[in-house]
Amino acid sequence: MSDADFEKIRRLQQERNQANAGKKSSKTFDPSTQRTDNSTKASLTEAFDTNLYDRDGTNRFAGYNTSIAVNDDDAMDEGDDALNGRRLVGQYTATKAQLNEFAHGDTEEADILLSREEKAQIASRETDYQKRRFERALSPTRADPFAQDGAANGATYQDVMKSREIEREEARVRKIIADKEAKGESASGDHQAMLKDGAKTPPLAAPRRKRRWDTGPEEKAAAAAAAAAQEAEKKAKIDVQEPVAREITKEVVKEKAATTPEAPKKSRSRWDTAVVPREDAGPSRWDKAGALPDGGATPAPAAGLQTPAPLAVGVPMMIGGFGTDIGRNAPLSDEDLNRLLPSEGYKILDPPPGYEPTRVATRNALATPALPAGYGGFMMQEPENNSWAGKQLPTEIPGVGDLQFFKAEDMKYFGKLVDGADENDMTLDELKERKIMRLLLKVKNGTPPMRKTALRQLTDNARQLGAGPLFNQLLPLLMERTLEDQERHLLVKVIDRVLYKLDELVRPYVHRILVVIEPLLIDQDYYARVEGKEIISNLSKAAGLAHMISTLRPDLDHPDEYVRNTTARAFAVVASALGIPAMLPFLRAVCRSKKSWQARHTGVKIVQQIPILMGCAILPHLKGLVEAIGSNLNDEQPKVRMVTALAISALAEAANPYGIESFDEILNPLWTGARKQRGKSLASFLKAVGFLIPLMDEEYANYYTGQIMEIVLREFQSPDEEMKKVVLKVVSQCAKTEGVTAGYLKEKVLGEFFKNFWVRRMALDKRNYQQVVATTVDLSQKVGVTEIVQRIVANLKDESEAYRKMAVETIDKVIGSLGAADIDQRLEEQLVDGILTAFQEQTVEDPILLDGFGTVVNALGVRCKPFLPQIVTTILWRLNNKSATVRQQAADLVARITMVMSQCEEDALLNKLGVVLYEYLGEEYPEVLGSILGALRSIVTVVGIHQMQPPIRDLLPRLTPILRNRHEKVQENTIDLVGRIADRGPESVNPREWMRICFELLDMLKAHKKGIRRAANNTFGYIAKAIGPQDVLATLLSNLRVQERQSRVCTAVAIGIVAETCAPFTVLPALMNEYRVPELNVQNGVLKALSFMFEYIGEMGKDYVYAVTPLLEDALIDRDQVHRQTAASVVKHIALGVVGLDCEDAMIHLLNLLWPNLFETSPHVIDRIIEAIDAIRNAVGTPLVMNYIWAGLFHPARKVRQPYWRLYNEAYVQSADAMIPAYPILDDDNLRRHELEVFL
Amino acid sequence: MADKLRAQQQLEALQARYVGTGHADTTKFEWTSNIARDSYASYIGHPALLQYMSIGLGQPREKLRAQMIDKMIQPVGPPPEPKD
Repeated sequence: MSDADFEKIRRLQQERNQANAGKKSSKTFDPSTQRTDNSTKASLTEAFDTNLYDRDGTNRFAGYNTSIAVNDDDAMDEGDDALNGRRLVGQYTATKAQLNEFAHGDTEEADILLSREEKAQIASRETDYQKRRFERALSPTRADPFAQDGAANGATYQDVMKSREIEREEARVRKIIADKEAKGESASGDHQAMLKDGAKTPPLAAPRRKRRWDTGPEEKAAAAAAAAAQEAEKKAKIDVQEPVAREITKEVVKEKAATTPEAPKKSRSRWDTAVVPREDAGPSRWDKAGALPDGGATPAPAAGLQTPAPLAVGVPMMIGGFGTDIGRNAPLSDEDLNRLLPSEGYKILDPPPGYEPTRVATRNALATPALPAGYGGFMMQEPENNSWAGKQLPTEIPGVGDLQFFKAEDMKYFGKLVDGADENDMTLDELKERKIMRLLLKVKNGTPPMRKTALRQLTDNARQLGAGPLFNQLLPLLMERTLEDQERHLLVKVIDRVLYKLDELVRPYVHRILVVIEPLLIDQDYYARVEGKEIISNLSKAAGLAHMISTLRPDLDHPDEYVRNTTARAFAVVASALGIPAMLPFLRAVCRSKKSWQARHTGVKIVQQIPILMGCAILPHLKGLVEAIGSNLNDEQPKVRMVTALAISALAEAANPYGIESFDEILNPLWTGARKQRGKSLASFLKAVGFLIPLMDEEYANYYTGQIMEIVLREFQSPDEEMKKVVLKVVSQCAKTEGVTAGYLKEKVLGEFFKNFWVRRMALDKRNYQQVVATTVDLSQKVGVTEIVQRIVANLKDESEAYRKMAVETIDKVIGSLGAADIDQRLEEQLVDGILTAFQEQTVEDPILLDGFGTVVNALGVRCKPFLPQIVTTILWRLNNKSATVRQQAADLVARITMVMSQCEEDALLNKLGVVLYEYLGEEYPEVLGSILGALRSIVTVVGIHQMQPPIRDLLPRLTPILRNRHEKVQENTIDLVGRIADRGPESVNPREWMRICFELLDMLKAHKKGIRRAANNTFGYIAKAIGPQDVLATLLSNLRVQERQSRVCTAVAIGIVAETCAPFTVLPALMNEYRVPELNVQNGVLKALSFMFEYIGEMGKDYVYAVTPLLEDALIDRDQVHRQTAASVVKHIALGVVGLDCEDAMIHLLNLLWPNLFETSPHVIDRIIEAIDAIRNAVGTPLVMNYIWAGLFHPARKVRQPYWRLYNEAYVQSADAMIPAYPILDDDNLRRHELEVFL
Repeated sequence: MADKLRAQQQLEALQARYVGTGHADTTKFEWTSNIARDSYASYIGHPALLQYMSIGLGQPREKLRAQMIDKMIQPVGPPPEPKD
């Protein structure tokens, strides 16, 4: 490391600086004055192009036009291209088609704004699994068995269980059909054939189904079938995907019709009714080929509810095409059927009672009525269609006011509000509905103040509005696909508030609420999950355990895994809200369900979720929980076994480090089970074992580790990612346990571990990477630094960058926690060499390498000395690098290793680095500049102000202009450096320079970052100490006149600090003099400064109390509220400073002036006044102030009583005991306190 | 409006934590009961004061203490009849 290097780098940078100074505009740093142009205004006389008009030249404008005439743009005019209206030169441009190529059609580019809008929607970031929430329909209202009218209305538990049974059956049949289709038999083909002789041959599936339903007497079967049909339709599954499934329900309908032949048959012809597309689809079946609505056109949730039908509202939706696609998409109309079918020999059947036609998809509904009766061939589009399509969304809803936004989707729910119906002829219920609608719209789309009042109204009137109407509107909104986070948050908030008010009235709606809230439990967003938990726990508190169980029970063995999963999570929340003991009997029963393995699976899953939710709060009930699921370890279903093992690991994790005795029962099955399992379930068993071992005492842990390690070592080679993760986790947990010895790990585990996991492939996957690093670090805690570092040090020079990084991170963590004392000379060399290589070889500057380097150097300490020249050379050349991030990283590294360099007595090297860094102060990237300043600061710290090279008197003037940099990192580092210099070596710079810095610092007082403001304030203190308070104070006092509030406040703080550091008597006279300026801002500023000053000086304030009292007298009787408020805060700080220091007279005087302010109503003012009175109470003693309070406690005017009671309460909270002797003597004999009259 | 609401909530929270605090609608009965209870609690809480009183009243200290605790129940008599 020669000086030549330093010289060279420095010279290179100097040259660059020179070049920059010449090249840039006059605003930049001027080397001749060491200043940049301070003014923020553009000069009127100076040309901006300094390159052209160089500032060194004597006559810089010689030979150039210095101004441009307004109207001599002749050259431009001549280009006017039309001559006699015709171009002489051909204009070649692309065709319209080419230009608009990407505007429409398949190649259309996505609208950026549109995609942004979509991105905000919750649905857009959900996984497919989470999106399955849309498949759930809101269930019908449930009966509330606890209500007075009992199970009068709504579905009872029995009904629900029955319908679940039917649903399961449906799912089963569908599965069979799907299987069939998968096998290649066309299920629908069978039915097609049936169409011809359907009456004669019974359908294939029917007899089998019949057997199931015909178990009861004939009549019952019919009823069941009818119920099934009804159920299937009512469930609002209009998105029936396959024709086959519909076929089945129709079959059922047919069956029903067959079994009740005596039903009266009406022969009313319905051919002539208006076009009702799907009305007769069920019975006639003729339209089956093309008429089925395309699946999922209408979202499921919208159907089963009482939402306004889209048609009635007029959703501004484009009507597709000219109606020419009638043949494909529209159902056959009655006329068509009339024409198609012979009129004799056929009969139009009435739909069976209870049959509801499926709602038509919106598109069809809109398209069909648009057709004229005598349709044929080409047709002009109706003009009204046009206006319909282009209809604008309303910006203002009557009775709601201006909203923040209104989306197309909102029309579906809130369209009623704009239909212009007369409110006078509406029923009460309708009015109520509209009221709710309006309030919900305000909450969802309104401005914050609107939201607030609407939310209040909803909460306060929840009971009057009724649970039914509220939830009927609220819940569908939450199921909307285009919902955004903010809207969901607000709606969920409404539910929360309303729940609180409705209490037991929510019972019939519990399930519906759960259907919309449960998905929140598996949201990615943490806050959404918390919100969901809160709602469910409030819900369970309102509805009660029994009702919650009866509501959720039918979902426990739901055929859909998604439903079961969310139900389990909801149940866990219920358990945490109502207590585990209350739930345990139920859980025990569910986990032992004989009927279905799904129920057992869900039961165990509930137990798994409880510890995740509650953490160590499960400990008292651990035994019960483990016993409930213990037997499921040997379940016949592998899925149940797996989830049981996972539940046990969750329980063990939450219980750590207690509660091993609760697991005694299951240890044996778990260990034997681990030997028997393979694949995924083995992974879960191993995970459970891994979490149990840390709970055991040493002896057992050692034994069980030995038992399990065989399997773990075997699974090291498993290609399965999941297994890899589990195995790593188990190893790290075993390594952490007391009982497992270093010897054992070294002998058995380390070799295999490094062979299988320290391979390049592992570094490529982020999660594997982290797990391997964590496990290696855990192992190192047992086996020591050398053992680990020795094995991975070679990887530092590996060709794969990710792998090098993994090694560096591991070394960073290992050495960071264990130190480098164990590392011998040889390894030390390898280590430093390796890490230097890794550092130099990095292609992307990564903080990991920086941290690793810093840690290693700091851990080695003085042992680094031989390597320092090499390290510094590396840094030096990297400082010279063209890439900004490389320079930044080099500077950061300097900041980290300065301490070690000074330990190694390399101060000379440090100084040289300082000189080089000094040259880099012209750096243009703020991030880099910040790092360079940080490096300089750490050099100043270790070298000391006086030994610093370059000398402070050169360094500081360079920093002054940098102080004006707006970048936070730069500001923070400069102010830190300047503050340090001001604190330690202010004499090295002349006072004028310090004053200049003071002016710059004023701007920093309004920085956004608090740390910067604080540092600036402290620096004011140091500077004032160095050059005396007078000049600084003058600057600060004049700054009180500025308009900006933030700046004034910070100035006041700075004055306070100056007063504190230079003793108050140096500042107070000037400050009080300033109060005489007849300007409100200044006077307030002075008061504020006084307030800060008294806060900072505390007890020292007692010498100044009498000095400032006249000023405060004046301030407290000022007309301006804010003035009195600020004066009150001064009084507060004085009073708190002089507690017990004999200033009672002054305090009472101030109290008398304060007291009339008691009736202020502005919240800030009254708060300050009360605080001041409290402070004085502390200074003069409670009884004295209580004498003031008694007067108003029972004043006839409430407006008087209120503030007095507030004061009473403050006094009571702070010093109730001191009030005892001060209570007034009451005349009534009953009320006298005789004990106090005892006199000895 | 919002401030009033917040003040109300704060008062409720305060009242939940400190029974002895009051508000503009505190009745004489409530207030005097609180005074009496707080006084007894304070006497009991200062052993020297309790000793002094027990000497003055000629009763053992512990007995006086128990008496005072008993007196905290309806210290100023039964609550007044609610009149509409």
